Amino acid sequence: MRLLTHNMLSSNVKGVVNGFPLRLEASTWVEKEVDFNADFLRSVFPKIDWPALFGASQTVGYVALPESADASMLESEDFLKKFHHALLEIHVEEGALVCPETGRRFPINKGIPNMLLNEDEV
Amino acid sequence: MPINPPFVGSIESPAASSTSKQVGSEFYIPFPISRCQSLKLRLSKVMFPRGADIRLVSSHPEVYEPCDDSFALVDALLADRGNLLNHQARFCMEIGCGSGYIITSLAIILGKENSGIHYFTSDINPYATRVTQRTLDAHGVHAEIINTDIASGLQKRLVGMMDVIVVNPPYVPTPEEEVSCEGITASWAGGYNGRTVIDRILPVVDELLSDSGWLYMVTLTANNPSEICLLMRKRGFASRIVVQRSTEEESLHVIKFWREGVDDVKDGNITSSLGTWFGTK
Repeated sequence: MRLLTHNMLSSNVKGVVNGFPLRLEASTWVEKEVDFNADFLRSVFPKIDWPALFGASQTVGYVALPESADASMLESEDFLKKFHHALLEIHVEEGALVCPETGRRFPINKGIPNMLLNEDEV
Repeated sequence: MPINPPFVGSIESPAASSTSKQVGSEFYIPFPISRCQSLKLRLSKVMFPRGADIRLVSSHPEVYEPCDDSFALVDALLADRGNLLNHQARFCMEIGCGSGYIITSLAIILGKENSGIHYFTSDINPYATRVTQRTLDAHGVHAEIINTDIASGLQKRLVGMMDVIVVNPPYVPTPEEEVSCEGITASWAGGYNGRTVIDRILPVVDELLSDSGWLYMVTLTANNPSEICLLMRKRGFASRIVVQRSTEEESLHVIKFWREGVDDVKDGNITSSLGTWFGTK
């Protein structure tokens, strides 16, 4: 699971109002190189919740991201490279995503988050 | 555990394909064959030339193996390839990845991430997510896989972001209680008129598709596709059949949906949207 995906997941437990971001717990992660595409990064930037990305990257030990970011930083190659690395090149293999409101844990196994709910949570 | 004979090939145009392959012949069913299972198997035993060959590296008795409906959907993507490549999609998704055959084909057709395209896929069946991972890996393409019901958990954040969605839904008419079964049954059990899951997928697609986004979906005649198109019309979607395959008993239709007022043909010769294909039942 990439941090891009983490940025796109929210708690689907019934009745939850503040289900984003899910708190990331990561016990195993790997880094995999992904081709750099500045256009993609610039176009996806407005959709990214930066605090969530920042928090998740801290969790996996990538501390190079600035705590806040704005569109003007997209001119900087250095910033884009860091954004690229955090968003796409870190894969959480084992861990969990935790609902901020209910504490419900969604496990991540072999890189795949499990968002299936039990009958009483739907 | 069935061993799937690997078939190796490359993407070809439908007309050029000269190989057809019987699939489903080694399909292991741990339960007595029900009417719905045998319908999907009967469809799969009809030999059609396929437009794309993906090497299957993994299988599981609880995971739906590619059949003619899968091939029809990929052939539809190939038939629409020109438009798709000009579409300049950024985010693509398959709902219900199964073996990974379709999402892998889509990624090969549209291009990898160096082109700036990113793929997501989901399946309610955890075994399917693992088989899909292996299929993707074997072909050097990447998609983010989520084990979930349709797009649950992704819906809020991915609103309006998908440029292409592909779905080969559980479309077989079955008793309603089979729809909530686990395992491979989830790949075909469609409830009354085979529409129970389709009708849950369509509102999600409406949310996830971008303004210029396209949906490709497999349907049976039994699903009442003209009614589906009418329901989508009320949501502001135009539609047309891209590929149709018929047996004695049934017809498969791969339908493309796009938001009305936006062109679905991107070849430089701008035409107005083709409108709803199904006028009458």
